[in-house]
Amino acid sequence: MYEIKKIGKTKNGDIMKNEKYERIAKDHQAPNPRLKNAIIAFIAGGMIGLLGEGIIELICYYAHMSRSSAGTIMIVILIFIASLSTALGFFDKLVTKFKCGLLIPITGFAHSMTSAALDYRKEGPIYGLGANIFKLAGSVILYGIIAAWFFGMIRFFLGGKI
Amino acid sequence: MLLINSFLFCGLICMIAQIILDNTKLTPGHITSLFVVFGAFLDSFSFYDKIIKVVGGGALVPITSFGHSLIHGALAKTNEYGILGILMGMFDLTATGITAAIIFAFLFSLVFKPKN
Repeated sequence: MYEIKKIGKTKNGDIMKNEKYERIAKDHQAPNPRLKNAIIAFIAGGMIGLLGEGIIELICYYAHMSRSSAGTIMIVILIFIASLSTALGFFDKLVTKFKCGLLIPITGFAHSMTSAALDYRKEGPIYGLGANIFKLAGSVILYGIIAAWFFGMIRFFLGGKI
Repeated sequence: MLLINSFLFCGLICMIAQIILDNTKLTPGHITSLFVVFGAFLDSFSFYDKIIKVVGGGALVPITSFGHSLIHGALAKTNEYGILGILMGMFDLTATGITAAIIFAFLFSLVFKPKN
């Protein structure tokens, strides 16, 4: 804003150029697709939720397991798929397309861990892979534990049937 | 019915995250951490358990369920061991997810080379 005023005082022609430039830039800017992004994230996240519930029901039906152990197996399957597709290199492309639809489910956790492991492996097994594997996933674990401890202590001291 | 509920619930969580991501300066790292804390908060009065009963597997998939299972395991152990149970039971339910993620990340990092 200050720049335009300064130019306007010295050269009258430049202020026109600036306004024109801004208008042209606005026309050529990619439209900020917030609504579209939200809908894409809704559908992609929903599909993963659907996949999770579908896997649970399949395991319950064919392997006659309880729902809780089927849920555990479902989590492992989703983590396996996400890790493998990260290692093969096409998960990143999917993330740029579906954004939070893939980052918020457990697939995002597996993706962050596998991509950190792949990136830092060449720096050695201890100070590369070992030190950096939790680089991105560490914050989730740290704040999860702190929050669970904090709320758990509050809940414990409030008493009652847990 | 559980399938439809799963779709709607998991989609809704992801949509909220996407809206936060688009309209604030927070990164995906901030949002996942925030959602884990939120999940732990929801389960401090067993509210998330009720959601899981209604929604089914769709509530286990988002990262909020990570926070839920941390606090759920911790509180379940307090029945037996008192306040020490919070420390003992923290990883009871999440151990599968974390262990599986570590093992797969390690093995795949040995086998595959990073793209780009």
